[in-house]
Amino acid sequence: MPHIFSIPSVTRRAGTVWYRNLVVFVRTWQVNFFPPLVEALLYLFAIGIGIGTYVQQIDGIPYINYIAPAILAIAVMNSGFFECTFGSFVRMYYQKTFDAMIATPLSIEDVIAGELLWGATRSVIYVLIMLPVLAVFGVVSLPLALLTIPLAFLGGLMFAGIAMGFTSVTPGIDTLNYPSFLFITPMALFSGTFFPLTLMPVFLQYFALAVLPLTHLVAIMRMLTLPSLSWTLLLHLAWIAVITAITCIISINLMRKRLIV
Amino acid sequence: MTAIIEAHDLKKNYNSTVAVDGIHFTVKKGEIFGFLGPNGAGKTTTMKMITCVSPRTSGSLTVLGMDPEEKPAEIKQSLGVVPQETNLDPDFTCFGNLFYYSRYFDIPKDEATRRADELLEFVQLTEKRDVSVDKLSGGMKRRLILARALVNRPDLLILDEPTIGLDPQARHLIWEKLRNLQAKGNTIVMTTHYLDEAARLCDRLVIMDNGKILVEGAPADLVRDHAGHEIVEVEGSDDVVTCLSELGVPFEKTGDMVQVAATTENAREVARTILERCRPERMITRPATLEDVFLKLTGRTLRE
Repeated sequence: MPHIFSIPSVTRRAGTVWYRNLVVFVRTWQVNFFPPLVEALLYLFAIGIGIGTYVQQIDGIPYINYIAPAILAIAVMNSGFFECTFGSFVRMYYQKTFDAMIATPLSIEDVIAGELLWGATRSVIYVLIMLPVLAVFGVVSLPLALLTIPLAFLGGLMFAGIAMGFTSVTPGIDTLNYPSFLFITPMALFSGTFFPLTLMPVFLQYFALAVLPLTHLVAIMRMLTLPSLSWTLLLHLAWIAVITAITCIISINLMRKRLIV
Repeated sequence: MTAIIEAHDLKKNYNSTVAVDGIHFTVKKGEIFGFLGPNGAGKTTTMKMITCVSPRTSGSLTVLGMDPEEKPAEIKQSLGVVPQETNLDPDFTCFGNLFYYSRYFDIPKDEATRRADELLEFVQLTEKRDVSVDKLSGGMKRRLILARALVNRPDLLILDEPTIGLDPQARHLIWEKLRNLQAKGNTIVMTTHYLDEAARLCDRLVIMDNGKILVEGAPADLVRDHAGHEIVEVEGSDDVVTCLSELGVPFEKTGDMVQVAATTENAREVARTILERCRPERMITRPATLEDVFLKLTGRTLRE
């Protein structure tokens, strides 16, 4: 019996699961493409221009430029996380889509891998829609900011993996609200998003760097959009890569444990 | 005849409960093979092991000549599965359900389109082609699931209660389609709670209870061997019961009726004797059915 750290054998059939989700997404594009657009504008006006009138600069950077990468990072987090918690849970539990899929040559590992890749893809789609809006407002600097697109995939995969871990152990759909408001919402506020980490007590800064995935994503996003590159980018990237690998592997194994009895 | 499925001492435990307790069976090519049994008998668990979804605890199992544990993808490539629970994809239309399901089998797009349309016609759902599956009636959904199980042109069809909750028209249509498929050389394994369905369709069947196979055989043989040919049913009043005991006729109480088993030869005589001596107000004689075998073997106690 495979344990939770064993490398799952995923085949290219995972692509058909990803494709299924893409088709459904594109078919309902009117409802799917609108939110990222509106969200970007809401943040820009409410926080960027609203609060930005009082907080004009942070570390010499215009406030709106400071939060632009945070808007992207939070969008990456939310789309990857919510797709693989509520979205995947609905498909698994209510629609029995996974049951139907594993009656075909697909294995449960393929199905979950497809779901994770799709979660990451949704993050990329979000960034693809938001980035032009931010660029039009001149708050991100092209062309380096284009690198946020591939970064969205990696970041999205990380949050998808974390999300799938919760989905694999949640007793019902309601309990998925706990990680949402105890983990995701605070993280959106305290990960160096709307104010620098350095404003927090030192131990909280270390805490954020050690266990809050968004901290690292925001840091890289900001280096790319301002731009202000630094070698620490590699450290953040390594942190994300390791956590992504671990969470994806564990969540696939836990889902196998949940669904294959 | 080639064996399509072979199980020897097949066992499945869920934690401490034994779901399937060392069963042996062989399904031959081209036959319709039935699994009957009360709820919790182990039928669905057996189906899940055959369809490579649930690993067995011990024993051996080969499906299409392969071990589900070693070659699940290869087996499932030639398997058509109709699950007990309707799990159509609510995000797609009827056509979409067949088309995107084909993708999981790596069927090329053109071929998938052709097959989807062909199968919609086969299950008489062509005019619902572009309708969302939420809008279908229960019978239509079951038919669509049957069509979905056929997209990969399977050699072996596994049906877990294919006609559950359907009206008589829809059941007859499904039966006709299944016979149709059998005529084309498909091997079909099915579970059902409808004993008339099993008697009509199955070439051979097993009756399971508590994870074990109680009997195996052709429906008609099972009826003859276990329930006799004719059943005489008499009202179960105290007078009649006392009278039957005095006559020394073996009988069984079933609710408010009393059943007496008889052979074709002595059925008339038994009926006449009871009629003359016990003077019951109500009495019928009827041919024995699979239901009599089933209830005799698995008892009349309600299962949860």
